Amino acid sequence: MNVTTKAAARTVSRRKLLPGFGITMGFSVLYLSLVVLLPLSALLFNSTGLSWAKFWDVATDARVLASYRVSLSTAGAAALINVFLGLLLAWVLVRYEFPGKRIFDALIDLPFALPTAVAGVSLTALYSQNGWIGSLLTPLGFKVAFTPLGITLALMFIGIPFVVRTVQPVLEDLDRDMEEAAATLGAGRGRTFLRIVLPELLPPLLTGFALAFARGIGEYGSVVFISGNMPMRTEIAPLLIMSKLEQFDYAGATAVALILLLLSFLMLLVINSLQHWARRSSR
Amino acid sequence: MTKGIKKGLLAGVALILTAGLTACGNSNAGNSAGAGTAAPAATEAAANASSAPEATQTQAKDPVELLNVSYDPTRELYENYNKAFAAYWEKETGQKVTVKQSHGGSGKQSRAVLDGLEADVVTLALGYDIDALQEAGLIGADWQSKYEHNSSPYTSTIVFLVRKGNPKGIKDWPDLLKEGVEVITPNPKTSGGARWNYLAAWGYALDHNNNDEAKAQEFVQKLFKNVPVLDTGARGSTTTFVERGIGDVLIAWENEAYLSIKELGPDKFEIVNPSESILAEPPVAVVDKVVDKRGTREVADAYLKYLYTEEGQKIAAENYYRPTLDSVKAEFKDQFPEIKLFTLADKFGTWKETQAKHFNDGGIFDKIYVPGS
Amino acid sequence: MAGTVPLHVPGPRTGASSPSTTESQAVKWVLISLAGLVLLWLIALPLIIVLVESLKRGLDVYWAALTDPDAASALKLTLLVAAITVPLNTVFGVTAAWAVTKFRFRGKGFLVTLIDLPFAVSPVIGGLIFILVFGSHGWFGPWLSDHDIKIVFALPGIVLATLFITFPFVARELIPLMEEQGTQEEEAAITLGAHGWQIFWRVTLPNIKWGLLYGIILCNARAMGEFGAVSVVSGHIRGETNTLPLHVEILYNEYQFSASFAVASLLLLLALVTMVVKSLLVRKNAH
Repeated sequence: MNVTTKAAARTVSRRKLLPGFGITMGFSVLYLSLVVLLPLSALLFNSTGLSWAKFWDVATDARVLASYRVSLSTAGAAALINVFLGLLLAWVLVRYEFPGKRIFDALIDLPFALPTAVAGVSLTALYSQNGWIGSLLTPLGFKVAFTPLGITLALMFIGIPFVVRTVQPVLEDLDRDMEEAAATLGAGRGRTFLRIVLPELLPPLLTGFALAFARGIGEYGSVVFISGNMPMRTEIAPLLIMSKLEQFDYAGATAVALILLLLSFLMLLVINSLQHWARRSSR
Repeated sequence: MTKGIKKGLLAGVALILTAGLTACGNSNAGNSAGAGTAAPAATEAAANASSAPEATQTQAKDPVELLNVSYDPTRELYENYNKAFAAYWEKETGQKVTVKQSHGGSGKQSRAVLDGLEADVVTLALGYDIDALQEAGLIGADWQSKYEHNSSPYTSTIVFLVRKGNPKGIKDWPDLLKEGVEVITPNPKTSGGARWNYLAAWGYALDHNNNDEAKAQEFVQKLFKNVPVLDTGARGSTTTFVERGIGDVLIAWENEAYLSIKELGPDKFEIVNPSESILAEPPVAVVDKVVDKRGTREVADAYLKYLYTEEGQKIAAENYYRPTLDSVKAEFKDQFPEIKLFTLADKFGTWKETQAKHFNDGGIFDKIYVPGS
Repeated sequence: MAGTVPLHVPGPRTGASSPSTTESQAVKWVLISLAGLVLLWLIALPLIIVLVESLKRGLDVYWAALTDPDAASALKLTLLVAAITVPLNTVFGVTAAWAVTKFRFRGKGFLVTLIDLPFAVSPVIGGLIFILVFGSHGWFGPWLSDHDIKIVFALPGIVLATLFITFPFVARELIPLMEEQGTQEEEAAITLGAHGWQIFWRVTLPNIKWGLLYGIILCNARAMGEFGAVSVVSGHIRGETNTLPLHVEILYNEYQFSASFAVASLLLLLALVTMVVKSLLVRKNAH
């Protein structure tokens, strides 16, 4: 780790130039292994208590498949909507001054602080047929509580801070020179946003989407209140894990959990790799 | 570079160890802060007792602490009962006893004990959840005959809660199958109480169809077609029915129905007793492995036995559980109207068989919802 | 307005931006009102419900719920757990972000994904895995029980589960930010002869401090509000292993709806306090 070979190092790789790769990498990997990987591997070993055939049976049962469908589609829809809403919120928070901005900013994190069960109960209170919003929608023929729509709403509530808070720091840090340059060259504001700002925000937006999506797939506490839990229609996958545990079927529960985990992992991996690849090629 | 990684690993190990130690050190602080002054002394007493079991005989004056792991609706019951028992025990033996409570879904609580929650006694919603502990070797095989009435000191049954004035005219089980009647019951896959609901309906159907299983299945299937929301627990269903205003009838434990009327609105709901229902027997047991380790068998045993005495039974009755002692039964007979009751053993056999046949994955309950499985 | 100065690093471009890089007033206000509506509908309404419900039975019930000894011990436990987990995950977050963003290596996407993993794990499973490792039938169960060490159904288990659930927050907040910033400034510092810690304190930290702060705030909020995973490993012993979110559930299940929402509003209050602290920091920094 010395700096005598600075010039050479720069041409070879950036790694040699900045110090601390070993220590930070070592620590990160160790901590990651102890807190996350070791406990998670218990999941893997526990479900290998099943034979492959049994594992396959559990994982592809019609009811389990239906629950994946419900979980994936509602989490996906919620994350997608959150990308747009989150961008709007972050943009307004970073770029504009207006009265009450501080309260605005503070509210964003509250979905994290509220225990998920409370979130579920209050959302159900809001959207059930006698709730504030539900009573307005029911006469119009809209049912929100106890339908996939209700699940999506709960997941939007849970996921929105992820998008806002990943976009916000990047937006704050964005160099405005480029925008100014574009404006001087006669680009309209909309065009500048699309061509200059949005590409810079794409990575955090993607990250926000991925995180909100992943979180949504696993969410349990807030969803069970508003979903109605009807098998095949509004039953989410984490609920099936619970019902398997209720039968003391640890292996079956971990099998469903493992599939769920694998799905989210693959999705996150694709998005993360895409980003690094995009970044490298843009440099 | 590798040297750097090594350094990182070392630093990491050190940090995590420190954190671990802090956590352990603080765990004691947390305990004593929470449980008041009795906790540290009691743990010490328990530690002493486990190293020398005979010491408990000679030094019975040391305060002792019990953990009762129970299910959701018994909170009010055990809050009162624990006070009564502590007073009784101190009078009898001069020893102070503190009973700590843990409540949650019956199955979840059973799993917690299975996985190491050190409960001296368990008081759960159904025998199946205690059977699981027995299979794991925590409880002796004969637990159900250890105490009277299949180790169920109090019982309950399944009744209907309807909206005031009973606008849909619900009198008995067949009324729940009518078109346009919305029935609220929790999911039997995740709620112990809901299994009693399901079995009560099944048993009624058997009795009225010459024990024809296919007819019973059809009956239950029709009933669940009228269920718009399957909450995960009994209290969730009560909230859906009471607070959200969904459904025409809630199938519930008798004690839950009384309690929700008392807590949530005597002027809004009324109880309808079906012509026939199931005798719900919430069992109790001493967790042998834990009491032997902690040296608390004597007091744990007395704790459960006291439930059968007049005072224990009265407290149960006051909390809307049906007493089993005749004198207390007579005293509270107005509160608990006669309903024709059948037991699990009458109609279904053991919990293990029942669970496998009806509620496990691929069982009869699943067939109601999954086409062709 | 002192408190609402631009949040980015003080530099030559701080201050009024030229008209060419802002939208017209009309667009600005349309966007602000849209955002306000979204915020009100998506986030504020559920919170208002919590407050309304908690005050339904009057202030006495509200106050009684907060001063109940069980609530007090739950609050203590929750704060203690947050005080242990947040610093640990912050240290990890900064080191991991440094390793990931300042260097190039194979498998970076994979490593970042592993860091993300706890987000994707259902909270129920987040608790269950610790049972599988430390429970009495788990890997270390028999050994722990022989040595009379309690991990699950005691404070260490609650800390571990919370650590797991809040693991990625700080790292996740910093990684996109530091990627965006690149490594030029640090490299410049190196050529000027600065060494490791100096670079970090003088160059990197000022650049990432707001991202770091968001990360810490989120991590803290989630650490205090976590329900699912903690519920699995807590054992629910009243006054002992109940955290605030678990206490909320208990009250709710006791039909004490108002009291339950009152305790929930306390959690919201705690989260707001952290945000106020953040605002103060921002203000102080502006001068």
